[in-house]
Amino acid sequence: MSCQETRSLLHAFLDDELDLTHSLDVQHHLDTCPACARELAAQRTLRAALRDEALYFRPPDGFTARARAALRATAATVGPADRAGIAEGFLWTRRVWLPAGAAAALLAVVAITIWRLGPGAPGPSADGLLAQEVITSHIRSLMPGHLTDVPSSDQHTVKPWFNGRLDFSPPVKDLAGEGFPLTGGRLDYLGGRPIAALVYKRRQHIINLMVWPASSEADRSPTAAIRQGYRLLHLAHGGMIYWAVSDLNEDEMKEFVGLVVR
Amino acid sequence: MALRVVEERAVARFEESVLPQLGAAYNLARWLTRNEHDAEDLVQEALLRAFKAFSGFRGNDARAWLLAIVRNACYTWLRRTRAQEVTTAFDEEIHTVEGDVLNPERLVLQEADRTRVRQALEELPVEFREVLVLREIEGLSYKEIATVADIPVGTVMSRLARARGRLQLGLAGPQDAER
Repeated sequence: MSCQETRSLLHAFLDDELDLTHSLDVQHHLDTCPACARELAAQRTLRAALRDEALYFRPPDGFTARARAALRATAATVGPADRAGIAEGFLWTRRVWLPAGAAAALLAVVAITIWRLGPGAPGPSADGLLAQEVITSHIRSLMPGHLTDVPSSDQHTVKPWFNGRLDFSPPVKDLAGEGFPLTGGRLDYLGGRPIAALVYKRRQHIINLMVWPASSEADRSPTAAIRQGYRLLHLAHGGMIYWAVSDLNEDEMKEFVGLVVR
Repeated sequence: MALRVVEERAVARFEESVLPQLGAAYNLARWLTRNEHDAEDLVQEALLRAFKAFSGFRGNDARAWLLAIVRNACYTWLRRTRAQEVTTAFDEEIHTVEGDVLNPERLVLQEADRTRVRQALEELPVEFREVLVLREIEGLSYKEIATVADIPVGTVMSRLARARGRLQLGLAGPQDAER
């Protein structure tokens, strides 16, 4: 890594916002470049000066009590009907005042849409939509600093990290011995729920393994798909849904998934 | 005034998730307004606005959510009362500091320099001040700062880098600063 690259990542490094791979690259450069190391030291000095307790402004006495009182006064004046309507209020007014012509136009659009979709023409399947979300999440994760929330190759660090962040405990295995080292985990949001994303590597390839509880206990054998150049493999096993996504070849993807549910 | 059971529950839920963030809200408002009375008024105003919007809040990061509302209230106030601070269009490039201008050795901070640090931070343009306050003093992640300041994560990183450069320059002494 060059000085220029290092400088561009130095602040993210200082702030612990780099993924493990980049973080190691920066560290390696710092070990060998006194100029960059000095710059980091200067940044650390500055940080220490800013993390001074005296710079945190505490609210004046009685502040919380005053805020609470104002809150209760507001809650009492906002009637229950108003409150229920706070979110929908806007829509409701619009619905009432929606001119008849606009309403008719809207109906026509809806009718045409229904007609075009037709009862027989299938929309995108649930799996297809999910596959798109998985791909999007994978691509987003490859952007700098987005790969992991908990960078660790230790399954005993990654698994407990999800405690309290998810309403289930994802199975976490380190597969370093099999050539798929675990590099970390992160929270993600797929199919309308928070899920665990486990990050593995195979040589220079990143594999995202998304895991969440299945609605039924029945196992489903792996289904493969290719989208936007990425390979997807999904299955249900032991009450969990797994989606693996990567730019790896098919054989290695199958090997990986086989190891995950072994 | 007595509250009905339903309202009581709504208020309790709000108090439980949002009130613990009042300290963070006040700290941010105090740094943005640089005045304790205005900070208190603005936080209270933001809190009531947050309460009214609470039924639409679906996230799990109440702190970032509340701070975003507080920030908006502060910016509205700044535009009204301190227009010159925010109407001078903020341009990241213009505010850039060349890294080489800085000599790290010059930045030796002593206990007595606390006042200088506070002053230098208060003198930064508000866009720089807020990212430093959120990151260093409040300890927010880039993602949370992006939510609060309504900017992309990449911008959080570059803005922080520039803000730190400016702050170093400010601390290096007035004779060195570009004013």
